[in-house]
Order: sequence, then C-alpha cells, then structure tokens
Amino acid sequence: MRALTWHGKHDVRVDTVPDPEIVNPRDAIIKITSTAICGSDLHLYDHTIPTMKAGDVLGHEFMGEVVEVGRGNSRLKVGQRVVVPFVIACGQCFFCQQQQFAACDNSNPAETADMSEFLYGYPMTGAFGYSHLTGGYAGGQAEYVRVPYSDVGPIVIPDGIEDEKVLFLSDILPTGWMAAENCDIKPTDTVAVWGCGPVGLFAVQSAFALGAHRVIAIDHYPHRLDLAKSMGAEVINFEEVNVREALVEMTGGIGPDACIDAVGMESHGVTADSVMDKVKAAVKLVTDETHGLRQVIIACRKGGKISIPGVYGGVTDKFPIGALMEKGLSVKSGQTHVQKYMPQLLKLILEGKLDTTFLISHRMSLEEAPTGYKMFKERQNEVTKVVLKPHLETRH
Amino acid sequence: MTRPLSHTAHEDAPLSAAKNPNPVAAGNELAPLHGDVLIGRSVTINRPRGELYSFWRDFKNLPQFMHNVHSVTIQDQIHSHWIIEAPGGKTVEWDSEITQDEPGRLIAWQSLEGASVRNSGRVEFLNSPDDRGTVVRVTLTYDPPAGAVGKLIARLFQKEPKVQARQDLRRFKQLMETGEIATARPPDAAPRA
Repeated sequence: MRALTWHGKHDVRVDTVPDPEIVNPRDAIIKITSTAICGSDLHLYDHTIPTMKAGDVLGHEFMGEVVEVGRGNSRLKVGQRVVVPFVIACGQCFFCQQQQFAACDNSNPAETADMSEFLYGYPMTGAFGYSHLTGGYAGGQAEYVRVPYSDVGPIVIPDGIEDEKVLFLSDILPTGWMAAENCDIKPTDTVAVWGCGPVGLFAVQSAFALGAHRVIAIDHYPHRLDLAKSMGAEVINFEEVNVREALVEMTGGIGPDACIDAVGMESHGVTADSVMDKVKAAVKLVTDETHGLRQVIIACRKGGKISIPGVYGGVTDKFPIGALMEKGLSVKSGQTHVQKYMPQLLKLILEGKLDTTFLISHRMSLEEAPTGYKMFKERQNEVTKVVLKPHLETRH
Repeated sequence: MTRPLSHTAHEDAPLSAAKNPNPVAAGNELAPLHGDVLIGRSVTINRPRGELYSFWRDFKNLPQFMHNVHSVTIQDQIHSHWIIEAPGGKTVEWDSEITQDEPGRLIAWQSLEGASVRNSGRVEFLNSPDDRGTVVRVTLTYDPPAGAVGKLIARLFQKEPKVQARQDLRRFKQLMETGEIATARPPDAAPRA
C-alpha cells in the first residue's frame, strides 16, 4: 500500500510499504477514507520530537471503513465506518477504567515504554504515527491501518453524514473540548486562548459551548484571527499589541479567568526570552520553546486556571514558577482522552450544534501529502487544515 | 506492604530502591536469595490475586511474557528446566526448583547446582490496598560466576536483567488485563520499501 513516511527533517515521502495485518485478536484493519495533517505532525516534520526512524508512517487523525476484524473483537463489524482515536487505549487498565484513556498503561509495547518511563517517570500510552516514544505504531496517512484494541477506541458513524463532518473527532475536536473543559468554566468567565490553529479554534468554540461569558483569542495570522472572530471571540494580534497589557485592559484590570495554551513546544516570538529559547534549542540545552506558555502564566489573573493542550515533549528554561505560585494558579494539561469525549461530541455534531468543516482549507490525494506538509508549515495564514484522501486519484 | 531495610530502622522504602543495595544486609527476609545483582519491581494488575498466581505458577506460561525465555519444561511438582535465549542465537540452560509456594500469595525459586548463571527469584501477589486489583512484586537476583567464560555469560544478563524484568512485568500486566501483548511490529517484519 501507499503511505506517507518520515525520512528526516522536512523530508516526508509517499512510499510503498507492506499492508498492515491482524496481529492480535482484538485488532481491526481500517481502509482509510479521510485523514488529516495535524499541527503536532509539524513537530515530527521539524524533527523536534526524538525517536523517529526513517520509514515511520505518520498520521494520527483518520477514519474509514472496517475491512477486517480479529477473532477477539466482538463489537466492530466489517463494513462499518469508524473514526479512530489517536490515542490507543485497552479499556481494562486502571486509567482506562477511570476514562483517562490517554494514560492507558497497556498500549505502549513493553520495549518502547522504557523511553517515556525514563523521560517522564512513567510510561506513556501508545498512539498512532507519533514516534517510538508512543510505541512506533504505523499511522493513518496511508491507505490502510492496523488498529489495536479496536473494540474500545473506534466510534461508529451513521450513514448519511460525510467524512469531513466527523473526521476531527479523532483528535483536534476533543482536544479543543478537553482544553476548554479543563478551564472549569464559570458563566461569568473570560477565557483567553493562545494560538488559533485548529485546536485553538475548537477550544474557542468549546469554551462558548461550555458557557464562557467572553473568549479572547490570540494569534498573528489575520485569517486565523478572522476565523476566531467569526465564532464570536474578541481577537488580539500579538505582533501588533502587547498581549498582557491588552488583556488587562480588556478585563477591567482583573485579567482573564482561564487561559488556554494551544501553542505548544515550537512557540515563536520576537522577544528576548524567545530568542534565548531558539538559541538554546539549537544547541540542545533546552528542547521546548515556551514563550507562549510564559506569556500565558504572566497574563492569567490571580487564582486563575491554566489549561495546556499544546504539545510539549522535553524541558524548558526560565519557567515563571514564581508567578505560578505567587498568583495561586491551577494548571491542567494532558493528551486528550479522546474515547471519553467522542460520543457526546458526535451527538452535538449530529444535532448541528458543532461544525468542524469550516476549518478545512485544502483537500488532496495521499500522493500530494508532502506538498500538504510543506504548505501547512510555510503558509499558516491561509492553510488552516489539510485533509488527505488516500483513495482519491491524483488530479493534474 | 514494603519491607524496611533491616539496617536502617527508619526507612519504609524497599531495598531494591536503595542507592547502595546490599542484598546480604537484608538478612533473612531475602534468604535464600543471594547474588550481586538485585532487581525489585512492582506492578498493580486489575485482576484477582488467585488468577495471577495460577497463571504464573504454571511455569510453562512464562515464555508468553518473558521474552528471553525460550521454554520451561516442567519435570515435577517443584523442578523445571529453563532454556534462555541469549544474543547471537545462543541459548543458556539451567535447572530450577521451587523453594516456597503459598497458593495465591507467593512463589520462590532458585537455580540448581551447575547453573551457568546462578539466579533466584520470588514473586508475591498482594491485594492492592487501594482496591485496584493485585500488586505483583518480583524480586530477582543474579550471581555471575567468576572466570572469563562466566563473565561473558554474565554480561549478557547483567547488562539487561533490570530492563528484562521491567519489560516482562509490563507484558504480564498487558496479557492479564487485556488478553494480548501490545506490539507495533507486524508478524513477520519485512524490510521497508
């Protein structure tokens, strides 16, 4: 089959690789009909996430048709259309039983679990197409994919609703939702969201759905700010204004009640601390650039709530721990417990209360995926989300 | 749940986490364990104690999750013959006997005379105090023999026994909780295009 594979920094190619097979009884094989490129895929593209190997198949936002099920799966049937969560969860461990699916104890193979145990203290869950830290599972920017524990993760989509309306249930929609839920939103709250990429935009949408009084969105790409505005957010362009001063004034001197960092580890800024980040990252003294996160911590009101869906992998420098402590901030973070949120979000989509299609700016065949990556990386103003169709003929 | 280090009266941490572990200092508690390399590791498994004990007690099952164990042949109630895979396609073999067996609670074993790498181990099954299933605690020792050949064999194990034990326990938990062992590799990994 054809698949999008990683070969180094800024080097992704569509290769012919062996078709996936059923390995364990609870596996299923999915024929992929739609799959997207994620903002966090750009960290792999930029090679800021370690443990990648040449030939790794990328992609963790995907959906399609069940074409084969292992003998141990009593739930899925061949022919069903499913969206698959990007985190792999067994359903039986302590964490899965508490619905903390992104903390599953069993899905990261024993050999690869060592790496994250060493880095983070305990092994990370397995996930699709996201380095060997998460198990080295082949991802879904491909024609077919093997899905472990397929009786737990995939959600069945009813007929009559097109792929694009539900594809983002795999990752970014629940991620934005959980980010907003982690803000513990009260009806009078003002929520500030840093980063108007797909996750940030879904966080804006979710914050309103969860009852926020006001949402203020921060970015520097005019088109993305326009999208946030169209959802009802007030917007700040961080290249034009001083973000903290603006937020203080916009909230009558109090500061936002809840702050969402939807920027993550490749935060770009033009201030002294972000330049230091870049220098240190270049010589590997730090791994993560946290200009955005520092700003979030400084700008949040005293006693406020910080929610971090933005992906970080390693360590950073000059973390304003003093500000965090002296202001009494609460912090919630984590990879998304996709399986927990899928049913309620699918229901909202079917009821027309949540729309996700506005985000898709480009559609292309799998063969054009390397171009998709390049565009997503270099033209972030007009390229908001790239959706790949693996079984679509390339048009020239 | 954890045993105090016998030579420091005010420590609740297990001996295996000590910065300078000395198995002998632990006294009778770890007898008849002996050796230079001490590994201790616990995992909580969301299954009943009896079920986990029974699966482990049937040593023929061990290769399912101990991936360097090629086979275990049961000889009688307490004796078994182990074949271990070593790097380079070689195998190492020894005979082992069960020294303690408390159904549902504890199994201890040790290698017999003539083993190329003396080793002993114990696995305990305890109810999780937080009601989360069973705590499975494995303690292993390896006693590398002297001499050039012995050191070579020992290096094969000493390099990795802690890693091996850690990964084996993870696989045991996966197998018991989910019925499968998680893997990202295809059944016959072909070279990539």
